[in-house]
Amino acid sequence: MLLTSLVLVPLAGMLVVMCLPKGAKWTIRWTATAFSFPPLIASIWMVWDYFFNHSGTSLMAYVVGPYDWIPSLSIQYYMGVDGISVPMVFLTGLLSTVSLLASFGIENRIKEYFAFFLLLEAGMMGVFVALDFFLFYVFWEIMLVPMYFLIGVWGGPRKEYAAIKFFLYTLFGSIFMLVAILIMYFTSEPHSLNMMTLLDHGPTMSHTLQMVCFIFFFIAFAIKVPVWPFHTWLPDAHVEAPTAVSVILAGVLLKMGTYAMLRVSWPMFPEALRSLSFWIAVLGAIGIIYGALVSMAQKDLKKLVAYSSVSHMGYCMLALAAFSSVTAITGCMFQMISHGLITGALFLLVGVIYDRAHTREIAAFGGLGVKIPVYTSIMVYFSMAALGLPLLSGFVSEFMVFIGAFSAVNKYLVGISVIGVVLGATYMLRMVQNVFLGEFDLARWGGLTDINLREIITVAPLAVLTLAVGVYPKPLADMMTATIENLITLMAR
Amino acid sequence: MDFQLPEVGFIRMLPELFLFLWAAFIITFDLSTGRRNSATLGYLAMLGVLLTGLIMALTVLFGNEGSTAGYFGSGFGTMFYNDWSALFFKIIFLGAAFMAIGSSFGIIRDKIINHRGEFFGLMLLSTVGMMFLASSNEMLSLYIGLELTTIPLFVLAAFFKDDKTSVEAGIKYFIIGAFSSALLLYGFSFLYGLAGTTDLTQMKINLALTHLTFHEIGVILILAIVLIVAGIGFKLALPPFHQWVPDVYEGAPTPVAAFLSVGSKAAGLIAFIKIFILGLFAFYGPEMVPNDWGQLVALLAVLAMILGNTVAIRQTNIKRMLAYSTIAQAGYIMIGMVAMNEYGLAAVGFYIFAYMFANMGAFGVVALFEDQTGSCQIKSYSGLAKTAPMLSVTLTIFLLSLAGIPPLAGFMAKYYVFAAAIDMAGSGAAYSWMYWLVGVGLLTAVFSLYYYANVIRAMYFYPDASPYKIKFTVPSYTVIVMGLAGVLMFGVYPEPILKLASYISLSFGFIPH
Repeated sequence: MLLTSLVLVPLAGMLVVMCLPKGAKWTIRWTATAFSFPPLIASIWMVWDYFFNHSGTSLMAYVVGPYDWIPSLSIQYYMGVDGISVPMVFLTGLLSTVSLLASFGIENRIKEYFAFFLLLEAGMMGVFVALDFFLFYVFWEIMLVPMYFLIGVWGGPRKEYAAIKFFLYTLFGSIFMLVAILIMYFTSEPHSLNMMTLLDHGPTMSHTLQMVCFIFFFIAFAIKVPVWPFHTWLPDAHVEAPTAVSVILAGVLLKMGTYAMLRVSWPMFPEALRSLSFWIAVLGAIGIIYGALVSMAQKDLKKLVAYSSVSHMGYCMLALAAFSSVTAITGCMFQMISHGLITGALFLLVGVIYDRAHTREIAAFGGLGVKIPVYTSIMVYFSMAALGLPLLSGFVSEFMVFIGAFSAVNKYLVGISVIGVVLGATYMLRMVQNVFLGEFDLARWGGLTDINLREIITVAPLAVLTLAVGVYPKPLADMMTATIENLITLMAR
Repeated sequence: MDFQLPEVGFIRMLPELFLFLWAAFIITFDLSTGRRNSATLGYLAMLGVLLTGLIMALTVLFGNEGSTAGYFGSGFGTMFYNDWSALFFKIIFLGAAFMAIGSSFGIIRDKIINHRGEFFGLMLLSTVGMMFLASSNEMLSLYIGLELTTIPLFVLAAFFKDDKTSVEAGIKYFIIGAFSSALLLYGFSFLYGLAGTTDLTQMKINLALTHLTFHEIGVILILAIVLIVAGIGFKLALPPFHQWVPDVYEGAPTPVAAFLSVGSKAAGLIAFIKIFILGLFAFYGPEMVPNDWGQLVALLAVLAMILGNTVAIRQTNIKRMLAYSTIAQAGYIMIGMVAMNEYGLAAVGFYIFAYMFANMGAFGVVALFEDQTGSCQIKSYSGLAKTAPMLSVTLTIFLLSLAGIPPLAGFMAKYYVFAAAIDMAGSGAAYSWMYWLVGVGLLTAVFSLYYYANVIRAMYFYPDASPYKIKFTVPSYTVIVMGLAGVLMFGVYPEPILKLASYISLSFGFIPH
């Protein structure tokens, strides 16, 4: 019930928002935000309850079903969460509310905007709780539609191109997943789409079929992450999307790719994973270095943050390649969470300055620290978090990834990847230097106002959590340990 | 020797007979009231379709099963035969007719002043033809059913007598339709020569026996198969027999185009199923090479998906775009057809069912828009989301369903079709070419999203509001709401229809395991 409501409450919210009168701007804004609160509260309660009552085992908690949904094709309604999905559900709930609050500045076609946003939230929640392949696929796809509209209607100058590129690119990936799902369905006996049953079926498939399914799933998930060389949709989508949508895109959508790898393809096809893990690590390392190098060359603030996502998700891939190490996989989870918090916040902050200055060009700014000190300090705080300053969450995750991966995958690859940290510091510090330090152009930016209370409230929870995870990561790690240990046994089959 | 009259079994034909009489009644009613009541006629026609459906439901539910008073079974000897597949397709024909009539109120009021009764009468007559077709188990009645289906449609396509494109559409459709019927008949004549019977069930036995005895029926059978595939290929609009489709759809009155795209296509499908699965089943598999029609049809399906989905991208007229989209959709349906297992035919049935709601709904919106603005250009839809938000949402949902985005019925249909093909492909090396079929289907499905999204883009992404305001009309909205309900309901909960569709497989002897 709890998990079903995570999906249904935003859906109901969408319908309610659609029925509101067009002119009632504040009613629409607050109604939509109000509908995102129950999932957030439920997910906070779930984190609490899971930590104290369920984190000792790797079993699925709060299970719904399996109920027969479409018995002709053995499709079931089956949901459940474990140690790797609970943090993701929480992240989704938190970032959805934060983004909805950050969307109050939208003045154009408000009703449709908030309706699509709630549909998006329902889809994201669904992906993290679904345990039936069909259900998983439906949620995975359902999100594309609101995302397409959110980028295409409320986006920047090249929004139409970015929207259709995002839609087609991810749909292209999904068709591979569909084929892999159908192959698994028909090779299992009795035919099943239940992910938990298929965990045992995967390793019994022939080597060729395992490789085929693994690669097909990998393509679908890698496009979402995005793993180099499937990343080309990301900068377009990020740059054109409105602020709040970028937050969701970076904070939650990218994680769906890595989450799905951990949930689906990694434990189901251990044989294929073993033979391909080196290449996955290579892709991860390329992503880290490439993303960081391209970030250094960016003139646009938002594009810089977007490419830094490619680099940061590269750490996740490197960790995933080290599938035999608990530290690495935990590091991957940490990286997913901390990237969601930090990059989400960075996009929000870029949005804040863009709303005021109507430009995101790094070179146009300079010395803003004098004029808008509060904004500057928050931005510097998150930049430090992004470059991996100790005591903030980014450091914890990167450290765990490198420690875990060093012994489990090729040492040279890890060595090369560490350069990414230095590069990360370079582009972040350069950005801070160019935007906030140096000469202040009084004539141009004299009228700039500092960050307001609503905007501070939207980034505050992210800042607090970044610090909390950075200072005391143990509770989060404890919550996931049992699940991750179980996953590692499955991957070692 | 006494000549014995065959069992008639009128009750089995009751819906068809009723609809036939109703068509005659509508034409007479229009004449006797001095051709004044446009809306009344339309509602009468819709009522007739509903009543036919009701009669069918009553005879199925309360007919005395197993006796001459039951719905299922044969009548008029073996000429007329009702089984689950016939019932399923008749539901689709009636649904398509109902929705086509519902979306034609606008043109009836403003454009077709003098022949309103004939318009509806012909549409109902064409539906009667389709229903006969679905029940025929024998080549002659099959052919007659097909003709009764298409001849009224020739007239309907050319119904705007003063409009050059409409007349062109009618002529084109007539010539190509007549030509394809001739091809079909030529193929039938070969089959008759080979099998010595027109009864399809008997033909299967005779042909298989001949084949087993002589090990080679020879080139005549191949010729017959090619001719019949071509003949029905015209009706189904499978490339390379598709050229008439865009012109006819563009010129014909929009509701007629809609009816063509669903009703006529479903009629072609059931004819195809009857001939190839009932009559020529033995020559499906590669073990019977070279008399193998499975790969031939697969090739046409591949052509249809590639051609339909790529050419549609360049269209600026929404009716032409939808015409190419129906060509592509026929390709997907044929994947189910060549996947010869217990899922295959059920997938075909479910696909056409889901397609009916989405396509008739989309055409319903297009017809309503055309009635009130006079335009079929995609760019006229720019900014429609601001002036007609509900209509834009529904058109978006129909188009996304056609593109196969979950959780809409169109996705479920594609899923089922691809599932059938993948199951068959995995069943043996002889069928592994079906993986390629699935691959092409899925890839082109991604292309298809692009042109459907083009319309959505015009409606939503255009910064200014549309100059058009679309007024509410009861019949059009009935159609649109019906389509919407079907697309959403059978997308989220398709089980009842899947169950019903699985009886199609069952009635052709595919036992589910």
